[in-house]
Amino acid sequence: MLKESTLAVAAALHRAVVPAGDYWLHEVKTGQTFRIVDVDGNQAADTLFYNAGDPFERYSATDTIRAQANVYLGVGSKLLSTDGNVMATITADTVGRHDTLGGACATESNTVRYALEKKTMHACRDSYLLALAEHDHFGLTKRDIGHNINFFMNVPITEDGGLTFADGVSGPGKYVEMVAAMDLLVLISNCPQLNNPCNAYNPTPIELLIWGEGA
Amino acid sequence: MTELLYEDVLPGGSHWSFTVRRGTVLRLIDRDGGANVGMLFYNPANLLERYNAPDTLKCQHTFKLTSGNCLYSDMGRVFCSIIADSVGWHDTVCGNTTRAMVAARWGTKTYQACRNDWQLNGHDSFLVEGGKYGLGRRDLAANVNWFSKVAVADDGAMTFDAANSNAGDHVDLRFEMDTLVLLHTCPHPLNPAAAYPRAAVRYQFRRAQPMTDDDVCLNACPENRRGLENNRLYHLFG
Repeated sequence: MLKESTLAVAAALHRAVVPAGDYWLHEVKTGQTFRIVDVDGNQAADTLFYNAGDPFERYSATDTIRAQANVYLGVGSKLLSTDGNVMATITADTVGRHDTLGGACATESNTVRYALEKKTMHACRDSYLLALAEHDHFGLTKRDIGHNINFFMNVPITEDGGLTFADGVSGPGKYVEMVAAMDLLVLISNCPQLNNPCNAYNPTPIELLIWGEGA
Repeated sequence: MTELLYEDVLPGGSHWSFTVRRGTVLRLIDRDGGANVGMLFYNPANLLERYNAPDTLKCQHTFKLTSGNCLYSDMGRVFCSIIADSVGWHDTVCGNTTRAMVAARWGTKTYQACRNDWQLNGHDSFLVEGGKYGLGRRDLAANVNWFSKVAVADDGAMTFDAANSNAGDHVDLRFEMDTLVLLHTCPHPLNPAAAYPRAAVRYQFRRAQPMTDDDVCLNACPENRRGLENNRLYHLFG
C-alpha cells in the first residue's frame, strides 16, 4: 500500500544528506516523525533502532515479522524490539515494500556471496562497527548489531521457499516515514555495496528528515 | 554411517547446550512428530562470532533450510552443513516464543504448581543456556527452528504448516568448526495448537566421514564452496 506524507519539508527540525558508504547515528524522540528519502533511487538504507533509554533493547526482525504475520514492511508495520515493545510505526511510504530478512552486507559475507577477494571492500557492518566505536559512550559493541531493516530493498520470497534480490520497487525521491513510539537511537549504514546489480553497482546518497511531535 | 558416540532424548519444552567439535555429525530425530528445536550457534573461541540467519539465507538464495544448505556465521564461515534431511523445510526467521506469548496462548503453568510440566518458552530458554557462557539478551539473534515450516504467500503473509514433520523424521548436521550450540524444544512461536505442544527430540552424535568432491553441501552452490574455503583458511593455523 502506498501512502504519501502530509508533512512539509520546510517544517522539518533536522535534515541531513548521507553519502553512500557513510553512517548516520541520531536520536529520534517519542512522537517525532522520521523520514528516509531514497534520493537517486534503488539505494539500501540499512537501519538499526535502539531504545535510547536502554540501548540493549533493540530492533528485532524476527519479532516484527512474526507479530504482523508478514515478512515485508510497509505502511502500518509496527517495528518491534527484542523485548516485544513497539519502537516505531510506519505511517507513510511511497515505495510499497521494504526488506528485513536480508541483513546488512559485511566484508566476510561478501567473500561468500561474490568472491574471496572482496574481503577488503567496504560494507555496511564496517560502518556499524565504526559508528559504535566512535560513540562508545553508548556502551554498544558488535554484540548489539542485530538483524536490520533494509529500507528500499525488494527481497521477494517464493511459495516454495526461494529468496531473490529483485530489481527495486523504489525510485528517485521515494521515501518511507515512521513515528517513534519510544526515544530511539537510529543507526543507518547507507550501503556502499558495489557487487550487487540491485543498485546498478552505483550506491547513492540518502536524506534523513525529522519533524517534531504532533507535526 | 559411523559408530554412534552418544545419544539421548531431550523432552519437549526443555533446554540444553553443548560444545561440539569440528568433524562431528549431530542427528536430530523428531521422535513423535510435530517437534520444534530452537537452535543458536557461537564460536567458543570468539563468542562474538555467531549464527547469522540473514547471511545464511541470502548467501544461498533460500528462505528455507534443507539438505545442501550451510549455516553461516557473521564472519563468512560455516558452523555446520545439512548433509541429510528427511523433512525438507526448516525455519530460521520466526524466532522464539516468549513468556507473554506462551501465557496468552496456552496459559501459565508455574514450576511451583506443575513441577516439570511447567510451560517454558524459547526466549527464556536461550537466556538460561547462554548465561552459562556469559551470553545475554544482547547476544541473541534469529535462531533456527528445526522441523518447523512457515510458508510465505506472494503478499508476504506467513502460514505455519502443522504437518511438516512426522515421527522418525531427522536432519543431520555436520559441524565444520568447533561450535557452541544452544538449543531448546519449546514450541514454534506460530504453532496454533490448542494445548502447549510438548514434543521430545532424540539426538545422536557420530564422527563425520571426510568431505568428498561430490559432497551435497560443497556442490549446492558456488557460495558454499567459498564459505567452506573460509573455514579452511580459519583452520590453517590451528
